[in-house]
This record gives sequence, C-alpha cells and structure tokens, in this order.
Amino acid sequence: MEHALEATLTVNGTKVTRRIEPRMHLVDFLRDELGLTGSHIGCEHGVCGACTVRVNGEIVRGCLMLAVQADGCTVETIEGLSDSKELAALQKAFHEHNAFQCGFCTPAMLMAAQELVKQKRKFTREEIRVHISGNYCRCTGYQAIVDAIESVVGK
Amino acid sequence: MKAPSFAYAKPRSLEEAFPLLERPGARILAGGQSLIPSLNMRLSTPQLLVDIGGLARLKDISHQPGGLRIGALVTHAEIERSLDVKINVPLLAEAAPHIAHPAIRNRGTLGGSLALADPAAEYPACALALNATLILQSRKAERRVSASSFFKGLFETDIRPGEILVGAEFPKVERSAFLELTRRHGDYAMVGLAGVADASGKRIVFFSVDSRPVLAKNASAAKSLEDARALLKKDLSPAADLYNTAATKLHLAGVLLSRAWNTLSKPH
Repeated sequence: MEHALEATLTVNGTKVTRRIEPRMHLVDFLRDELGLTGSHIGCEHGVCGACTVRVNGEIVRGCLMLAVQADGCTVETIEGLSDSKELAALQKAFHEHNAFQCGFCTPAMLMAAQELVKQKRKFTREEIRVHISGNYCRCTGYQAIVDAIESVVGK
Repeated sequence: MKAPSFAYAKPRSLEEAFPLLERPGARILAGGQSLIPSLNMRLSTPQLLVDIGGLARLKDISHQPGGLRIGALVTHAEIERSLDVKINVPLLAEAAPHIAHPAIRNRGTLGGSLALADPAAEYPACALALNATLILQSRKAERRVSASSFFKGLFETDIRPGEILVGAEFPKVERSAFLELTRRHGDYAMVGLAGVADASGKRIVFFSVDSRPVLAKNASAAKSLEDARALLKKDLSPAADLYNTAATKLHLAGVLLSRAWNTLSKPH
C-alpha cells in the first residue's frame, strides 16, 4: 500500500473516506471495500458492461475508472437506485417479462436502461438495442430484456 | 485481471503537470477508456499516472474564426450532444455515436483518442479529413501540428516528451459523411470512412485499413464515383487483420465510398 492515497466519495448518499491503492478500480473498491456486490465484474476491460455504475449522475464502466479518480465524486450503484425506488418501474418490467436468466448482467442492464427512462421520451426497439449494446447477456436473453425495457420506454 | 501497481498524481494545473511528466515511467491519464483496459490486461506498466482530469481549461468547446476549438478533455458524450459541434463540425457529431457504448462515451475524451492514435479509432480519421490543427503544450511553448503530420504510425504521433495535447482546432465544414462497417454496434470498425467536402473539393479518409488513417487523395479528387472506386486501389493498401483479408478490406472501403459519394458530391 505504499502508494495508497486518501479519497472521499459519496456512495449512495453516504460519504466514505478510505485510503485506496491507485491500481484499484472503482468496482473492486465498491465490492471489496464497501461490500456493495451488486455491481459485477465480468471482463475487466470495458467490454461486457456488468460493472456499470453511475458517477456524478452518468453511467460509466466501473472497471475503467480508478477508485482514486472518483475522489470528490458522487457514486450510485444498483443498491442505492433500488433503495431510492428510482428503478422500480424497470425492475417491475424485468420481473413481468422474465428478463433474466442467470441475472449476472441484470444490475447493469437496469442501470443502462434507466438512462433511457431519464430522457423522458419514447424509443424504438432498435434504439433500445443500440443503447444496451454495451451490456452483454451471456445467457443471450436479449429478447426478453428488450421487451421489458420497451414496456417502459417503448413507442 | 488486476492492474500492476503504480503511483498516481492529479495536478491542479498544467504548470503542475509538466514536472510530474518528467518523472520516470510517467504517463498521462485522461478519460482512461483505452489506458485502463491496457493496465488491467497488464499491457501497460507505467510507474506514475498523471491524471489530467482536473484541468478545467481543457474541457471547453469554443468558437474561433472559421471553426471550433475543442479541449482535449471534452468527452465523446459531450461532442455527441453539442449543438455547436453539430452545426460547425458535423463530422465529429456523426462520428461520436459510433465510439463504443454510452458508458464509455461518458468518460472517453477527444484528446485521449487523438493522442493514442489507434488505427481503428474515429477521431484521428475525422481530424485528418478536416485537416485539424492539434495543439501541444510543453513547459516552454505551444506547438501547433496539422493532423496530416501528427499521425505517424501505429499508436504513434508527433507528441514529444514533455508535451500534453491540450486541444484541437477544427475548421467549419458543413458537408460530411461518416460511415463504419462493424459486426456489432460499438465494435471497432472493419473499415471506416470519414469524409468532408467544400468548395475546394473532397477529403475522404479511411481508417482501420492501415497503421494510421489514410487520406484517399486520388479517390477524393475523382470526378465520378466510378473513377473514384477505380482509384481507391492507388490510395489504399490495406493490411489483413484477424478477420478480414486485405482484399475484403479494399472491397469494403469501396462499398463505403459508394455510400458516401452522393452526400459528398452535392453542389455547395
């Protein structure tokens, strides 16, 4: 820990200060230091999207941001957005459409899909597919996932 | 995988950044959307990351005579959303949605993409088509380099030790075309085209065909699409990649040229 630096982040509304090794990425920090295991680690090089979290209100790849880069930032994870009920409509739609098989990609799918909800307009299936193209479902359950998202933001 | 150990510094000004860059094994961290994967895969092993993300001066889009100056830290998402970019340099606005995925576009930066010079990246091709001017700042001086001499080769640019790419100037060019062929949205292009046209003619650039973006001089100057497609062989000598032969790439470049030609040929 010779290089460890102190950083303060607001995670799901709670301010946390920790000494962090620069090499630790944000999702490892959230999972291993804070016990927030809803953000998943898939590929660790930005391809699969399982680690999607929000930083300062925008979704990012949690594996492509160092935890020390989030010093002074507001971070929101699936845990926070579930508790605040922000995701309630999408979560209900995912249930109703059985839009998960193993569920590994689901937290990040919800985080990504909520970006569409936030835009307060309607989207075509094609637009939905393009938007979630950076989130892989290795069970390949995309049809039901797109159905679920479409039921909330579809045209 | 996990990144190797390194030190980290976040300068509050350019003046603070320059001495940090002189330390052994120092490397600039901008948006990190290419660098951090390469750290995670241990393809890069810097000793010190100098995070320029706090330099507010590098985050502006400003008007200038004849075009826009875009700061190095402007993100792909900001370029995608910017009305100024859409009106003045629509080529960049068209290119941005092709870059990876929304979560990556929220972090990745213009400067990072230009400085990395990935041969499959969108902005280097746009910069070459627009003949943008790249602005490099060192401790002592500012240096301005045209895109046509900036991209030297595979991940190789004209940036000298101690210099930071702080931004780029793009001339206003209203007529443009941006096309990519990818297997899945957000993947690197098999072949891509960034083209502009004004009263002085067309500038059509291909990327993902060579070690750096290539201006198709002969095809750009052709009078008809038929001539342009025939001349493309003179402009491009694509290298095969893991998935496509050189002949396939040349063929696909011709396909993109055909798709872009009418847009770039309308009268001004």
